[in-house]
Parts: sequence; structure tokens; C-alpha cells
Amino acid sequence: MSLLEVDRINTLYGDSHVLFDLSIRVEEGEVVALLGRNGAGKTTTLRSIMGVLAPRSGEIRLDGKPISGLAPSAIARLGVQLVPEERAIFGGLTVEENLRIAALTAPNAWSFERIYAVFPRLKERRKSLGRTLSGGEQQMLSIARALIRDARIILLDEPFEGLAPLIVRDLVNVAAGLAREGRTMIVVEQNVAAALSFATRVYGLNNGHVVFEGSSAELTANPELARDFLGVGV
Amino acid sequence: MPSWPALASQAFNGLALGSLLALVSSGLTIILGTLGVLNFAHGALFAVGAYAAFVMLQYTQSFLLAIAVGCGFMLVLGFLLERLIIRFFYGRPHEDQILVTYGIGIVLVECVRAVFGGNAQRVPTPSWGQGATQLGFLIYPTYRLQLIAIIATLLVGLYLVLYRTSMGLVVRAGIENPGMVGILGINLRRTFLLVFAIGVVAVGLAGMLYAPVVAVTPDMGANFMAQSFVVIVLGGLGSFPGAVVGGLIAGEIVSLTSAFNSSYSEVMLYALMALLLVLRPQGLFGSEGRV
Repeated sequence: MSLLEVDRINTLYGDSHVLFDLSIRVEEGEVVALLGRNGAGKTTTLRSIMGVLAPRSGEIRLDGKPISGLAPSAIARLGVQLVPEERAIFGGLTVEENLRIAALTAPNAWSFERIYAVFPRLKERRKSLGRTLSGGEQQMLSIARALIRDARIILLDEPFEGLAPLIVRDLVNVAAGLAREGRTMIVVEQNVAAALSFATRVYGLNNGHVVFEGSSAELTANPELARDFLGVGV
Repeated sequence: MPSWPALASQAFNGLALGSLLALVSSGLTIILGTLGVLNFAHGALFAVGAYAAFVMLQYTQSFLLAIAVGCGFMLVLGFLLERLIIRFFYGRPHEDQILVTYGIGIVLVECVRAVFGGNAQRVPTPSWGQGATQLGFLIYPTYRLQLIAIIATLLVGLYLVLYRTSMGLVVRAGIENPGMVGILGINLRRTFLLVFAIGVVAVGLAGMLYAPVVAVTPDMGANFMAQSFVVIVLGGLGSFPGAVVGGLIAGEIVSLTSAFNSSYSEVMLYALMALLLVLRPQGLFGSEGRV
């Protein structure tokens, strides 16, 4: 049994149909990348898993138990954690308060020290308000909020978007470290090279359908696959 | 031109009115910021609080005891309103929320009128607040000074709840981004219930404390509600510090203008609001793009 199974879900934004009978699976300890053009349905897939957008039909299962239809707060308490594209840092709360609120409902919450060992920069800025953080620091904090909850599966939505190359390199190192420790993740990313550097398996999405499924190695070895199916360069 | 002692006296009146407005508006703005509901029953709840003090005083003969029991009553009322009515309106359009809270306000005011009649009731000043206090060049009613001190203490208490407790953390985060609070595993429904009840207690308590200073009538809250709407616009919607600072500013403007010409006091308040909306639409402590 897979840790997470997305089974033929159909998700709509109002009247516009975004995901069509979409199915993906994620095994424990695996990092899966969702690749595809803008509007392919990558973010919608993550939002459906998190329960932010309930699928109209189909089922999402965690450990074989259905979670689709539950509120995001209930899904989060089962160990699923979205790190949203817009980062959604609470600007009026300090770094430490952002971490505290994330840890509130987590049964196995990490200590601040353990978080700061992963992101030393956040320790330096722990008393700063969220709105004063740089883009890179906000992204660190956003990932740190998922880590402090000890989430079983982390959904990273465009974690490297709009960040300077040096910061992207640091974040990729952190993500690769988490992958090595066996943290299960799904990553949605335009920066395909960065995503493939720590993802083990790939789903290619186009117009709300899965059009490619394979290992990262396959995709790296056949860059024309990515070009043909996804319109993205490797 | 009024005399200096008269102006100073009006400045103190402004402080008393301002602190009261701060307390009333805090409840209003926290409910608005967290629940997204603009509570038009707030003025009626102010009057209900004043009548609660009036009734409890008959039974207990102690102002403090009356206030304690009155707060319990307001808390229960807040819980009931949220559970039975308000919670069904969270996802609804603002028009629906305004209509339902406005309706609750009318029902509450008319219930009060049905029980107590439309005539003004008098709540006596508590025994420990009788008389006047000598403040150098000014003699000022003791109870009003105590009122300022009591409300300042309450606002500090509210500050500590908001900034030093987990519930306050959730409320502050919920005002910014309720969706993300849910994604972090927190069910906001329980917080909403508590926030609404605390807001109702805050406004009811303001009514109780103000009761000895004014004539207690079923409609006494109407003017207060209008002014507290101005206050939360001044301070920034959903901002607790904004409600406190905005309340004090509004209180002083109304009081000091009345020293010159009382018929202009409300006009000045709205003129200031209009000016601020032009210069700083998000209010003094508001962040851009909220609500």
C-alpha cells in the first residue's frame, strides 16, 4: 500500500474543470516531482491533496484511508503539509511565532533548535516579523513550518520560484538532505533541473492529465521526453 | 473660547469616552478581523450590558458582583448567538451578515424595551466611586477616573491574551490568513466561538461600566456603534492597537470639539475619517489590501 494514493480525481475551480481522472501514487520515503506547463494542474493537485479544493469525484487515500472531503486542518493533523507557492508567512507574527503556531497541533513537533540546525538563518532572525523577511528567508520559514510539524508528507509548491540562484542552491541542498533522511515529498517546480536533483520519480502533467510517469533518471537521459510532453527543458 | 479648566475637563471626558470606545471597538474589530463578520448587533449588546448591570445591581447590591454576573451572562449570550446564528453566516456574503446581525440587534433592543420599557433607567455610581477628585487645577468626578483606569487594565488584559497566549497567536494569524491557519492543522471554528464570545463580553462590559455615567435606555448603543465603526476604520480594520489608538483619538475629537460647539463634534469625527481615508485608506495600523 502506498503512503498516498490519488485515485482518479476530478477537481474544478468553479465551473472550470482542471483535473481529469488524475491518479498518482507516492510511496513512503519517496520524492515525487510534478512537472508540466503553467496551467497543467500541478498546484491544483497539491491543493486537492491538502483539502483546500475538494475533488468533485475520485478519492485521495493516506495509508489506504480516504482523506478527500476532510477539512485542510484535519488533513494536516494526519501528517500532510502543504508549503504553498505564495509561502503564506504570517507577516505580523515573528519567525518564532510562525513556528509556534505551526507546531500547536503537531503531536511530534520538533524543537526550535532542531529547526534552527536545518536553517541557521532563521535562528538569527527568530525575533523578526514575518513581513520583514527576504523571499529566501520566507521560503525557509515556510518549509520550516512543515518540518516542525514532523509532517509525513510535504507538498512543496514552487519552492524555488523567484529566488536568487545561491539561495536556490541552499534550498536544494536542504531538500536533498531531507530526501536522504527519507522524508516523503511531492515537489511542483518550474526549475526542472533543481527538482530532478532530489526527486526520485516524476509525473508529467498536461491539461489536467498525467501524460508521463517515470524515474528522474529516465527523464534526465531523454530530455526530448520532457520537451515533447511537457514543453519544459531539462 | 472656553476656559483652560473647561478644556482640561473636556480632555478628561475625551479620555473616558475614548477608552470606552477603545474597548467597544476592540471587540468589534477582533470579530471583524477573525470571523470576517461586521457585527451590527454590537450597539444593542452594549445596551444589553448596561441593563444587565442594572438588573444584577437590584439583586446583588454590589457593583462589582453585578459586573461579574453580567459578564457571565454576556459570555453565555455570546456563545448562544455564535452557535445558533452567526456560525451559519461565515461563508455567506457580507450583505447577509450585515442583515442578520442588524436583525439580532433590533430583536435585542426590542426585547429590552419590552421588559424594561422605553424610559431611562438609572444605575447609581458605585459607593467606591462617589464624589469628585481634586486634580490640581481641576475637580473631576472620581468614577470617571476609575472608569479610565479599569478600562486601561482590561485593554492590557486583552493585549496579553492576544500577544501572550496560544489562542491569541491563532487569532492574530487568523486575522491575516485564515486559510493558512487551517493548513497548519488548526480548526478555527472553536477559536471563532471564543473570539465572538469575548467580543460580546467586551462590549457588554463597556455598557456595564458606562451605565452609571449615562441614562440607560434601550437605544443607548446606537450612537456608540456608529462611532466605533469610525474608530475601526481610523485604526485599520481588524487591528487591535488600531482600535485602542483610534478610540482615544475619536474620544478626544468628540469631547474637545464639544467644548467649542457640541453640534460639530460628530461632524469633526466623520471629517477626520474622510480625510484619513483619502491619505491612508488602510487606516493607522491596517495593512494594505485587507478585507
